[in-house]
Amino acid sequence: MKVTVCIGSSCHLKGSRQVVEGLQRLIAENDLKEKVELGGTFCMGNCQNGVCVTVDGNNFSVSPDTVEDFFKTEILYKAR
Amino acid sequence: MHNKIYKFDTKVQYLKYKVLREVARQAWNGTLLENAIDIPKIIVPGKVPTMRCCVYKERAILGERVKIAMGGDKSNPNVIEVIETACDECPMGGYEVTNACRGCLAHRCEDACKRGAISFDHNQKAIIDKSKCVECGMCAKVCPYTAIMNFKRPCVSACKVKAISMNEDKAAQIDNNKCISCGACVYQCPFGAITDKSFIINVIDMLQKSEKNSKYKVYALIAPAIGSQFSYAKLGQVIKGIKELGFYTVVEAALGADMVAFGESKELAESGEYLTSSCCPAFVDYIHKNFPDIVPHVSHNLSPMATIAKYIKSTDPDCKIVFMGPCTAKKMEFQKESVRPYIDSVITFEELQALFDSRDIDIRTLGEDILDNASYYGRIFARCGGLADAVREGLKEQGIDFEVKAVSCDGIEECRTALLKKNKGVLDANFIEGMACVGGCIGGAGCLTHGEKNKAEVDKYGREAYEKTISEAISLVGKL
Repeated sequence: MKVTVCIGSSCHLKGSRQVVEGLQRLIAENDLKEKVELGGTFCMGNCQNGVCVTVDGNNFSVSPDTVEDFFKTEILYKAR
Repeated sequence: MHNKIYKFDTKVQYLKYKVLREVARQAWNGTLLENAIDIPKIIVPGKVPTMRCCVYKERAILGERVKIAMGGDKSNPNVIEVIETACDECPMGGYEVTNACRGCLAHRCEDACKRGAISFDHNQKAIIDKSKCVECGMCAKVCPYTAIMNFKRPCVSACKVKAISMNEDKAAQIDNNKCISCGACVYQCPFGAITDKSFIINVIDMLQKSEKNSKYKVYALIAPAIGSQFSYAKLGQVIKGIKELGFYTVVEAALGADMVAFGESKELAESGEYLTSSCCPAFVDYIHKNFPDIVPHVSHNLSPMATIAKYIKSTDPDCKIVFMGPCTAKKMEFQKESVRPYIDSVITFEELQALFDSRDIDIRTLGEDILDNASYYGRIFARCGGLADAVREGLKEQGIDFEVKAVSCDGIEECRTALLKKNKGVLDANFIEGMACVGGCIGGAGCLTHGEKNKAEVDKYGREAYEKTISEAISLVGKL
């Protein structure tokens, strides 16, 4: 599974660092390092809906507050 | 309104800009090859000369400027080029006695001259015999009236690495074995006879062939000196304008500087001896050309520009990256084998302004976009002393116990002094920050304007960064 987080200016200000840190923590806690490849990119062209995240090419809008829910529904559930 | 001179320091820059803008206009339209020859007439219409003795000479020189705006002489590897027809062949001949000579009795000048080059006319006023004078300057030093002055060509006095001399036609010529492509002469020549080659048509071609970023994406990488530039508009409007030109997105080169600050501070602590910075391409070139013994001590980190571009290409391997900055030497750096895979082209802020206006983009009318990738420390790389501050911070944040003794060299003359001392083992420093331009990057030849406030503006821009520490700024690029 490939998860890409936008770290461009707009998403950065909306908290992409916190989203990345959250995802890294959750991936480690759930022992998914082997299954989930976390990557970055500098713009997904959808700045209004940042922080932009894609999971295997599907777009999601995540915030530092919703990262846990997002992880459960879109990553944990599917990766297992 | 928006073509007015207030955007630049000098009319020479303005003229260069007009040529670039017109070349860019034609390039966007796909009509450059058929119309290039008519561009001088578009810029100087009618029969009344505005700059030179006659319109024909003006147009002949403009024809040369058009060539340089289109990439210049391909057989000359240097990006800094002399336009011989534009060179005024300034008749400045070194030390001369001025009207301030009082015809005194002391004649210290005569005693000071070891070559017997000084004699006196019937009013006891000094005369220098040019066939004997070796330009040592001793006479000027001892004259109580400072009546003896050293008249040098502006290009020669601007060139602190002594790469400029006269050819047999008395036009300026550049010794590529000495030139570090800093562009000091470009900025100083009052006739605009030395200029930097442009890659704007390559950039336009790159943007057009991307078919609105569908074939590949074109990223703009912007130097932190931007903090002191385009002061007639807001930074957010500059970013918006860059995207209007067709760039996919804009990334701060300062994020690369943050990465370098971490890498370089670690390298310094491990070096055991001493390290010089590697950010300024003109400084690095200067070491290679003049201090081969010091080359092993040059930081092995790529420059901030190349470092962040390398990261971007790891996330998007097919993309193209254009660096925009204040620097003419970056136009040399990106052609180096170690940098070419990451950077596809380089333009200056002057050229960015020409690109905006070639598309009639008045950035003051645009909304504001956002630019925020780097920390305070990455951003202050743009001014002298910033790099050393960032390296200190890098050591602190990484918990490395190491005492930095930094020397920040402001301009290539100070670099030379520090390197000479280091070579002799008499410089008590373990880190040499070298900036070829006085003030650092904000003094670069490709800046639109240069001013006293630039340093304060860059510091302010630094403080506005969302991330306050280097670790926070690079946590994204480091972890992903």
